[in-house]
Amino acid sequence: MQRIGVFVCHCGTNIAGTVDVHAVAEALKMEPGVVFSIDYQYMCSEAGQNIVKDAIKEHKLTGVVICSCSPRMHEGTFRKAAASVGLNPYMVEIANIREQCSWIHKDKQTATEKAIILGKAAIAKVHLNAPLTAGTSPVTKRALVIGGGIAGIQTALDIADAGFEVDIVEKNPTIGGKMTQIDKTFPTLDCAACILTPKMVDCAQNDKIKIYSYSEVTDVKGFVGNFTVTIKRKARYVDETKCTGCGECTEKCPMKKVPNEFNLGLDTRRAIYIPFAQAVPKVATIDPDYCNMIKNGKCGLCAKVCGAGAIDYKQQDQFIEEKYGAIVVATGFNPIKLDNFDEFAYSQSPDVVTSLEFERLTNAAGPTAGTLLRPSDGKHPHTIVFVQCVGSRDTSGCGKPYCSKICCMYTAKHAMLTREKYPDTDVYVFYIDVRTPGKNFDEFYRRAVEQYGVHYIKGMVGKVVPQSDGTLKVQASDLISNEQLHIDADMVVLATAIEPDKSARSLGTMLTASMDTNDFFTEAHPKLRPVESPTAGVFLSGACQGPKDIPETVAQAGAAASKVIGLLVKDSLTCNPCVAHSNELMCNGCSACEKVCPYGAITYMDKEFKMPDRTVAIRRVASVNEAVCQGCGACTVACPSGAMDLKGFSNSQIMAEVDAICK
Amino acid sequence: MQVTETKEFKPKIVAFCCNWCSYAGADLAGTNRLNYPADVKIIRVPCSCRVNPMFILRAFQRGADGVILCGCHPGDCHYTTGNYFTRRRMALLFSMLDYLGIEKERTRVEWVSAAEGAKFAETMNSFVEAVTKLGENKRLGDLRCKVK
Repeated sequence: MQRIGVFVCHCGTNIAGTVDVHAVAEALKMEPGVVFSIDYQYMCSEAGQNIVKDAIKEHKLTGVVICSCSPRMHEGTFRKAAASVGLNPYMVEIANIREQCSWIHKDKQTATEKAIILGKAAIAKVHLNAPLTAGTSPVTKRALVIGGGIAGIQTALDIADAGFEVDIVEKNPTIGGKMTQIDKTFPTLDCAACILTPKMVDCAQNDKIKIYSYSEVTDVKGFVGNFTVTIKRKARYVDETKCTGCGECTEKCPMKKVPNEFNLGLDTRRAIYIPFAQAVPKVATIDPDYCNMIKNGKCGLCAKVCGAGAIDYKQQDQFIEEKYGAIVVATGFNPIKLDNFDEFAYSQSPDVVTSLEFERLTNAAGPTAGTLLRPSDGKHPHTIVFVQCVGSRDTSGCGKPYCSKICCMYTAKHAMLTREKYPDTDVYVFYIDVRTPGKNFDEFYRRAVEQYGVHYIKGMVGKVVPQSDGTLKVQASDLISNEQLHIDADMVVLATAIEPDKSARSLGTMLTASMDTNDFFTEAHPKLRPVESPTAGVFLSGACQGPKDIPETVAQAGAAASKVIGLLVKDSLTCNPCVAHSNELMCNGCSACEKVCPYGAITYMDKEFKMPDRTVAIRRVASVNEAVCQGCGACTVACPSGAMDLKGFSNSQIMAEVDAICK
Repeated sequence: MQVTETKEFKPKIVAFCCNWCSYAGADLAGTNRLNYPADVKIIRVPCSCRVNPMFILRAFQRGADGVILCGCHPGDCHYTTGNYFTRRRMALLFSMLDYLGIEKERTRVEWVSAAEGAKFAETMNSFVEAVTKLGENKRLGDLRCKVK
């Protein structure tokens, strides 16, 4: 039998105003097992806590019931107080007689009666409480960053700066991500390469950072502090340790007609290639889909010219296994495919381009060396129409329901830069709304309108029709003057909606990190924990969590890094002791619990049991990894034999509460 | 003339609230001083999916007149998928209870977020009203437990 102490708080008049606290204390004194009962003005105050502590010592209490405010408020306070005098903190239960009693009832008698019942329920539960000890698990002091764009780079640099090892896994041959393709960055118009490439080089030179380029994560096992990750290193047919990046092979390769993905297919590259001059690592990669040597064994020119002897046509995919304490997801975004938006004639005319393609057409390292020329005939365009919200804020199902956030600003940038370089060009921007919240953003947009004379028209483009003379007839409506407009444009630029990278969904499943309906990773709390995933030890950085511009991405990357550092400095982690556990004698190994567990905390193992006839039987039983279990209890209900139970909220405890309430 | 005193029927209602959304929603109802009948007694569970159908049967056995289960909105479960299990399990259980003669109005699943104090109070008011209208639950009652 437990020796229970009951402590009824007045909370000033908050509780005592509508509940006869003294009567509650007296009534609960009569309950079986209660050896001490008292009411006091402020239980959570130091004096109140001392009453609890003294009573525990004096009356040798084994269980404590506090009738006070919500456990969400002061459960921790009283548990700590109990622990300080040697009582297991999980022997404390709270009866919520403020938020769920005194504050919602006006009649003193009703409220008092209810408070007594709530107190009795808590006492009934405490009778069945068992001391719980929080386990600990060690922390592997290394971090993994998945994705090597600006988000991943910044996170890795910040973590490495704190002295922890970081690995970056990037699926492309080089890190840098989308930012490498951008020409200039709003609102300051500094060149993207000038601010990004030094960071890429920092990553390569930092001895705490290891870059796995041209690699993918294929499997994640384990839990916070102890992840085991399998990384697939795709065969690039070039020995990374030998290649010097001289580029000799990329000049000699006879296979010249490979669409260059770095320039979004606007020009071509060779079958062996280095994506761009500042690539990190600067190592050539052979594209096996186009290389003649790999396809049919005829060529081998690159191996002949390579002075370092780095070419290896027989290279295979390699799988390596690494251990990490924390994982940062920084998988970024992609512009959506425009198949559903054929009214803009994207598939019909090469002069209808996406904004990212336009970015390449104005980039000094792009296919036109920075001169803005029409892809169709290489002539200078004189009228350019920009269409905003192509696929963004689209609830029809063709596009994405959300705002892609960055398009208003980059379109203003494109329009402004075009007018600055080519003042003879007419620039029209069709928009639904112009959204420019951000430091110096609205000033930037106004400059485009007022100083550079960009024609902003509120309205949507209905159709783009390629004409026989090479121009594009743009049919649009001006919503303010309510007129139909026809513009003969030389180029049309579509501000395409952005979506999470395709790899995000499978990665989310591997990490058991939750995602929203648009495949963006969800954060643990939208306001208070914006860079943590609900899965412990998994953090979010950049546009994988939602559309973001570069300043926001960098800020979030730093925040994610600080959370990772906060995790990695710990030597061990305290686990929540209210976790599931299985009664191995009752478990029949049916796997029902394993299937409902959202965390993969339940595994099966063969265990030896001594049978009554002294033989030994081997049975398959469930075993809960306490460091992974979050204590939701889904398995306890799924278990058909009742072998699974939840510590702190056991079947018998909840039933005792039900009984007390229904008495 | 004879005057008989009729005692007003007060139902016994057990409410299971998940720790992350609905229990916090109930706290918010209290913080905002939103009234609902004292007949509702709340039991805190980590997640609505922790509620074993056994608990609900037990409540009816022990004389509860109504049982309500509150969890996070679909998609918002703190444990990602818990409330989806609840939804399916309870759909089955409630139709079975209905078959046993426990009216559908006596059981309910509601999604109440931590921000919906008003919704919590409204839900409880309407639930208590519905159960009061039905009167005492005479099915499933374990006579050994009901000494009256």
